[in-house]
Amino acid sequence: MARRAIPLLKQLFTSPSSNLTPIRSVTYMPRPGDGAPRAVTLIQGDGIGPLVTGAVEQVMEAMHAPVYFERYEVHGDMNRVPQEVIDSIKKNKVCLKGGLATPMGGGVSSLNVQLRRELDLYASLVNCFNLPGLPTRHANVDIVVIRENTEGEYSGLEHEVVPGVVESLKVITKFCSERIAKYAFEYAYLNNRKKVTAVHKANIMKLADGLFLESCREVATKYPGIKYSEIIVDNCCMQLVSKPEQFDVMVTPNLYGNLVANTAAGIAGGTGVMPGGNVGADHAVFEQGASAGNVGNEKQLKQKRANPVALLLSSAMMLRHLQFPSFADRLETAVKRVILDGKYRTKDLGGTSTTQEVVDAVIATLD
Amino acid sequence: MATQLLRRRASQILSRANPNPSSPLSLARALSSDSAPIRATLFPGDGIGPEIAESVKQVFKGAEVPIEWEEHYVGDQIDPRTQSFLTWESLESVRRNGVGLKGPMATPIGKGHRSLNLTLRKELNLYANVRPCYSLSGYKTRYDDVNLITIRENTEGEYSGLEHQVVRGVVESLKIITRQASLRVAEYAFHYAKTHGRERVSAIHKANIMQKTDGLFLKCCREVAEKYPEITYKEVVIDNCCMMLVKNPALFDVLVMPNLYGDIISDLCAGLIGGLGLTPSCNIGEGGIALAEAVHGSAPDIAGKNLANPTALLLSAVTMLRHLNLHDKADRIQNAILNTIAEGKYRTADLGGSSTTTDFTRAICDHL
Repeated sequence: MARRAIPLLKQLFTSPSSNLTPIRSVTYMPRPGDGAPRAVTLIQGDGIGPLVTGAVEQVMEAMHAPVYFERYEVHGDMNRVPQEVIDSIKKNKVCLKGGLATPMGGGVSSLNVQLRRELDLYASLVNCFNLPGLPTRHANVDIVVIRENTEGEYSGLEHEVVPGVVESLKVITKFCSERIAKYAFEYAYLNNRKKVTAVHKANIMKLADGLFLESCREVATKYPGIKYSEIIVDNCCMQLVSKPEQFDVMVTPNLYGNLVANTAAGIAGGTGVMPGGNVGADHAVFEQGASAGNVGNEKQLKQKRANPVALLLSSAMMLRHLQFPSFADRLETAVKRVILDGKYRTKDLGGTSTTQEVVDAVIATLD
Repeated sequence: MATQLLRRRASQILSRANPNPSSPLSLARALSSDSAPIRATLFPGDGIGPEIAESVKQVFKGAEVPIEWEEHYVGDQIDPRTQSFLTWESLESVRRNGVGLKGPMATPIGKGHRSLNLTLRKELNLYANVRPCYSLSGYKTRYDDVNLITIRENTEGEYSGLEHQVVRGVVESLKIITRQASLRVAEYAFHYAKTHGRERVSAIHKANIMQKTDGLFLKCCREVAEKYPEITYKEVVIDNCCMMLVKNPALFDVLVMPNLYGDIISDLCAGLIGGLGLTPSCNIGEGGIALAEAVHGSAPDIAGKNLANPTALLLSAVTMLRHLNLHDKADRIQNAILNTIAEGKYRTADLGGSSTTTDFTRAICDHL
């Protein structure tokens, strides 16, 4: 056996893209019938949404992945998410979504937030990591930001006390803090992550963030193999821009999570390439990890130059969630190889390709 | 004819150097800037505070800045009139002089007294925190082209301290935004932009989610923006702002923000240029009071060893000079500091060199 292993090992170590060669895994043993196609709700969204979800659909077809999409029209200026969409997601349990634009200060509450509340998707996950071949100012970044998605500053409870004085309530409950802490530690445990850092501002907001920290500390005692630390949010942002390699998994309340996720996405290559999703006890919605609140501008749309990488990587996460690991691996490897090659990159990564060119490149690279 | 000449000279001075038209202090200062020295309060602080304060005094003497320092120390007894370790006399001195410089202060742990920073902020009504962040040409970080100012509302917002437990396991925290405070900080931001020749002011907010509170802040900023048509005004959502700051900080010029976002963004910008040890900061209060401060800690482990880096306090003192409209002196000192760091021969330990505080200070005085 050693005689056969040596040439194999030599091939693995000498081929230049050896780290991207998929190792054929024979240990995943499906149950009979697992290969039946699964329905996934697809919300195209606004702005560049239709463009990038179209990209995912094309790639899924090319791979003959056992998923089929049920398309629904939802736009950011609707009052509520239509009931049929919610029912579809409740039936399928999994949804893929483009961004929904939120009108600024216009009295309509964000549909993204509504969807998360309705389906109780309490954990939002963004994986920010350096893609090989993509030059950034910071190296060695591999951060997962797990953010509480339902309460905190986004409760939407505001009122005008007297004219000219407005109050907004930030609500923190033990129930929500505990479950997000549990999710974060469980994620770290299942994905072989070594550290969990809680981000807070408990020196000023002693009761609110204090309660969040208490819950995190309690859960930390149940995972003695994972290192737990705490960091104040302003120091955290400062450390992120100077020494991001010290962070591994970060668990945060709602608002800080938004800022930390977007900062981490910015340092690791931009929001155009970071995968992520929202998950609850029963449902999961996958979307571009950190979208920085925008759905692309007019020029991107007209020239069809939106970056599909983030949504493609998120759909790979979705395939793994649906228990199709080999399809997920193929998709991820193809996308990473296209980025490594550097020939087909959209404008935000420093290239000049259109969305379609990137998609074609990914399809061509699929094995 | 002499009175005519005097009147013309007075109006010249007033029109050229008028930071806060409604403040009586600036009037007195404008007329006295050429003759009598300006009194300023100095709080050396704890730890490395006294050493770096000494640095500042030497550099100012070398540059012949007409400032007379009035030193005050933080006591070890609680003054019942202020409920903290800062005495009433110290606070009165700042109110009277209108400008101050504060070194790092370590708040003693204990109960029954307010933190020192909180005392200063409440008593002097310091409503805006200004941090100019620019890349130091001698100290290389991953970002070379940072040149922005963050102006943060310092009194209300999420830091009102109003929290309570509703029932066991449910806590509420109030975020308060008032029209008065938002207008005040927006006015200061645009005024600052105008007097320092800045072209763009961006308001940072999360009004798509917190529609009424950040919406009110934005409305106030828009009102003030209309009075300054020559300055470009933009509104940027905070998550977009964070992302753009780490990708391309040159896009921003002056940023004005409510309290929490300001805290996070100003520390993020400090991280872009090299940390809190190099960042100047200045707090502006009602009536044109300016209290410049060093935002780093008191570093008790290197106190008294002549190793401290006085850059942050020096640059803060420069910000104080600009507030007093002594722009030429401020430019001289700032260039001296930047050239000394750029040269690289004299640098303190935290910048990667091995000079002492006194050597570094002498090098700056030589560069003046």
